[in-house]
Amino acid sequence: MKASNISIQNLKLWYGDNEALHGINLEIADKQVTSFIGPSGCGKSTLLRCLNRMNDHISSCSIEGAITIGGKDIYAPEVDVVQLRTHVGMVFQKPNPFPKSIYENIAYAPRIHGIANKGAAMDELVESALRRASLWDEVKDKIHEPGTALSGGQQQRLCIARTIAVKPEVILMDEPCSALDPIASAKIEELIDELKEEFTIIIVTHSMQQAARVSDSTAFFYMGDLIEFGDTEMIFTKPGNQRTEDYITGRFG
Amino acid sequence: MEHTLKRFDEELEELKNLILAMGGMVERAIADAIESMLTQNVELATQTVERDKAINALEVQCDELTRAMLVRRQPAAGDLRLIMAIIKLVTDLERMGDLAAGIAKGMIRAQDNPPRNFSNIEVMGEKVVRQVNRALDAFSRGDIDLAMKVIKKDSGIDEFYKRMYREMITYMMEDPRMISNAIILTNVGKNLERISDHATNIAEMVIYSKLGHDIRHVDHDAAKVILAGDLKNKNKTNSEG
Ligand SMILES: Nc1ncnc2c1ncn2[C@@H]1O[C@H](COP(=O)(O)OP(=O)(O)OP(=O)(O)O)[C@@H](O)[C@H]1O
Ligand SMILES: [Mg+2]
Repeated sequence: MKASNISIQNLKLWYGDNEALHGINLEIADKQVTSFIGPSGCGKSTLLRCLNRMNDHISSCSIEGAITIGGKDIYAPEVDVVQLRTHVGMVFQKPNPFPKSIYENIAYAPRIHGIANKGAAMDELVESALRRASLWDEVKDKIHEPGTALSGGQQQRLCIARTIAVKPEVILMDEPCSALDPIASAKIEELIDELKEEFTIIIVTHSMQQAARVSDSTAFFYMGDLIEFGDTEMIFTKPGNQRTEDYITGRFG
Repeated sequence: MEHTLKRFDEELEELKNLILAMGGMVERAIADAIESMLTQNVELATQTVERDKAINALEVQCDELTRAMLVRRQPAAGDLRLIMAIIKLVTDLERMGDLAAGIAKGMIRAQDNPPRNFSNIEVMGEKVVRQVNRALDAFSRGDIDLAMKVIKKDSGIDEFYKRMYREMITYMMEDPRMISNAIILTNVGKNLERISDHATNIAEMVIYSKLGHDIRHVDHDAAKVILAGDLKNKNKTNSEG
């Protein structure tokens, strides 16, 4: 296994009095795809959101424990959350392009973060992000049309392009294909496979087949606990824990 | 535990039953083929050859079901290993059927000039039928200890065949008129020895299916070492509940 980039140490999380994560310990390898699987409500999205502090928006939410990315504690007081989210990007379940042109969707964040400004440098950055998201050929002639006019699968790839435009280290994806047809999903999976050369990717998915196809490592969660974490092939052919086995073979609940 | 999808459980059950039915037919074919030799019963030999077609048909039926299950259920973990094991062991069973039919055909061909001393074949036949029986039992009960026993006993059968082969060579050297006789008996021994190899494959697949360890191509003692840790864990979880 590759060197760990993200280290989660004894992480506990509460929504009010409800303890949603019960002390998670997990080391996520650099430039690999890790999938989070488990039944609804087990805490996959909650844990994912901890990694770029999206839970900060939820007032009832409190956490204990530590998360370090690249050795740095992301909950340290001096951390700039906006800066953190450019390092740790997120793609959501429902594609959510801004109500702006395709071009602006990509250009917006790099402009605020001063990664590129305008003119040729920005054009180049937009094109390169769209290319890396395998969307360029489909949209190059309508780059100034609204992003919301694209198909669902194209919108999702636009959101991925938008995420990679700010050159993050980590990309979080929460059920990125659940609103897509099999071909659009396959394109996203293909993209994930290419992007892992540059990025550390964590994907939450309800499709066992998708987890088996795209990820190098798989973490299985159950009721706020990490039950098993390991090599994806191992998890899907010879899981070590009976609960994992029951879940992935469809013997649950 | 049962699958949430009941139909999946039913299909797995159906598949296991097909294998056991096929296994039963193969066991009988081997026993009948040997019996036809020992008693020079051409009718029984002919029936044995005839019944091999039914074994072949079951192989096709199993393959159809496993193929459909792979597409429909996309099995994982223990289910995946079981289906993988079945895909492989169904081929072993079919080959065992062919080898039994081969013995019966040999009997029919040599009926006008039958070999005389069958004692080796009788002893070896019993051993091999027991191996096949144990392998199928191990599959049906998921019995790892029994599967290991099949693997261990296979070397004894190889030894027996080698001894028998050497004995036949001496007959042939002493008296050229014994040659055709000895060749027939050696061929039966060879078929029995290969049937036992296939029984061993089945036992290995039982272990793969149950524990996820591939112990093909390692010797018995090495396999025991590989499995030792898992067996301990398994016994522990069994006693826990
Ligand atoms: N904003 C919130 N406020 C209060 N409780 C929440 C909030 N979000 C999640 N929870 C609770 O935390 C637990 C974990 O939820 P989470 O959304 O992380 O599960 P999940 O594994 O992502 O489920 P799903 O597969 O359905 O998306 C659940 O019990 C849920 O009710
Ligand atoms: Mg979720």
